[in-house]
Amino acid sequence: MTWRPVLARHVMLRRDPVRDTDLLLMPERVVVLRGHAGSVVRLCDGRREVPEIVAALAERFPGAPVADEVPRFLSALHEEGWLR
Amino acid sequence: MTATVDPPWALLAELTHGCPLRCAYCSNPVELISRSRELTAEQWTDVFRQAADLGVVQTHLSGGEPLLRRDLARIVAAADTAGLYTQLVTSGVGLHERRLAELLEAGLRCVQLSVQHTDPQAAELIAGARVFSAKERAARLVRAAGLPLGLNVVLHRADIDAVDDLITLALAWGADRIELAHTQYYGWAARNRTALLPTRDQVERARVTVRRRREQLTGSLELVWVAPDLLDATAKPCMGGWGAVSLTVAPDGTALPCPSAATLPALDAPNVRAHRLDWIWRESKAFNAYRGETWMPDPCRGCALRTTDFGGCRCQAYALTGDASRTDPACRHAPDHHLVRALVDEAPLRNSAYAYREGGT
Ligand code: SF4
Ligand code: SF4
Repeated sequence: MTWRPVLARHVMLRRDPVRDTDLLLMPERVVVLRGHAGSVVRLCDGRREVPEIVAALAERFPGAPVADEVPRFLSALHEEGWLR
Repeated sequence: MTATVDPPWALLAELTHGCPLRCAYCSNPVELISRSRELTAEQWTDVFRQAADLGVVQTHLSGGEPLLRRDLARIVAAADTAGLYTQLVTSGVGLHERRLAELLEAGLRCVQLSVQHTDPQAAELIAGARVFSAKERAARLVRAAGLPLGLNVVLHRADIDAVDDLITLALAWGADRIELAHTQYYGWAARNRTALLPTRDQVERARVTVRRRREQLTGSLELVWVAPDLLDATAKPCMGGWGAVSLTVAPDGTALPCPSAATLPALDAPNVRAHRLDWIWRESKAFNAYRGETWMPDPCRGCALRTTDFGGCRCQAYALTGDASRTDPACRHAPDHHLVRALVDEAPLRNSAYAYREGGT
């Protein structure tokens, strides 16, 4: 089955205007998403497959090593149980 | 100092001091705030908005028993609308299917359920009320709703030998997390200190059990052990530092750097009815009283651990020495540490019964 990443139910992605960063909120925990990590997570809507997410990001950030880094980042979030 | 104050992450919203339980270890004040002085849902809505503007991203709706607030769903919705990640901290009493559905609809994200013991009778003795089956039902409903469930166990002499069973219970109830936290001897709990303090042997056995269970767990359950500061002779990093990470708003709107700080008579805590949260956090005397390191006495002042434990707990310093600015007597280096040693050594020798609060709400 192809993986269409989506945030686990207990995880909330939020823009933090006060600290000017993206956050993952969960019980008893806040994860600060640095750099463009928030843009990656925002594309995890349960409809896009990983290659589509990579393609969207490649378009947005030309020259960035998205093909390697994004899948790795997504599986890391999956490991943590934050992405389903 | 004002310019360099970092914003808070979390708000502990104590919606009511009313509670159907009468836990011997309750760290709420001896004198509870009466229900007639509670903030209204409108006032909480304003507090959440201000908190979010200040930088708060998470709120714990607590008490007392927050389910006693009939307008709880409105309060949850207000927190969610303000963009706060909302957790309900409850005894489980009063959490029926319809009620939970209403809270879910309002934007509730997770539930933390207190558990007193795995044995219903022992639990009743500790909580001063028959509550075990209500908790079991609450856990089931929360899981059925697909919400994350955390169990919160306050450890003391009468339940610490059950940690193994408590962890098993957490697995059986499908919890995501269990927090085993030693009693905080403030408020009502201070009255029962002699009856509650565990022995050193009990703590060591529990520690070994937790270590063993943690190795066996395959990642489904997060197991948190909050150390017994008095028995470990180690100051706890209280609140992640005074006025550093989170703030508490008591049922009547009193804003506090820590839930127990209401016990500090000289604090002159500000109230959200009279001041903006931003001012309270950044400017008020109460929130600056023990912020940073300038207030620290010796030996904290020159100690390498001061950036890790922030000199320990002010409420404990006050409770044991009458002076909130002394080094936390829990710390082995504290000039007042002999007070703690005496408490820990003597408590188990005395056989005392619990004092319970009168009535429930
Ligand atoms: S559940 Fe127990 S500890 Fe919590 S407020 Fe009620 S009496 Fe106090
Ligand atoms: S002396 Fe102060 S800073 Fe050092 S460990 Fe003790 S409480 Fe912490």
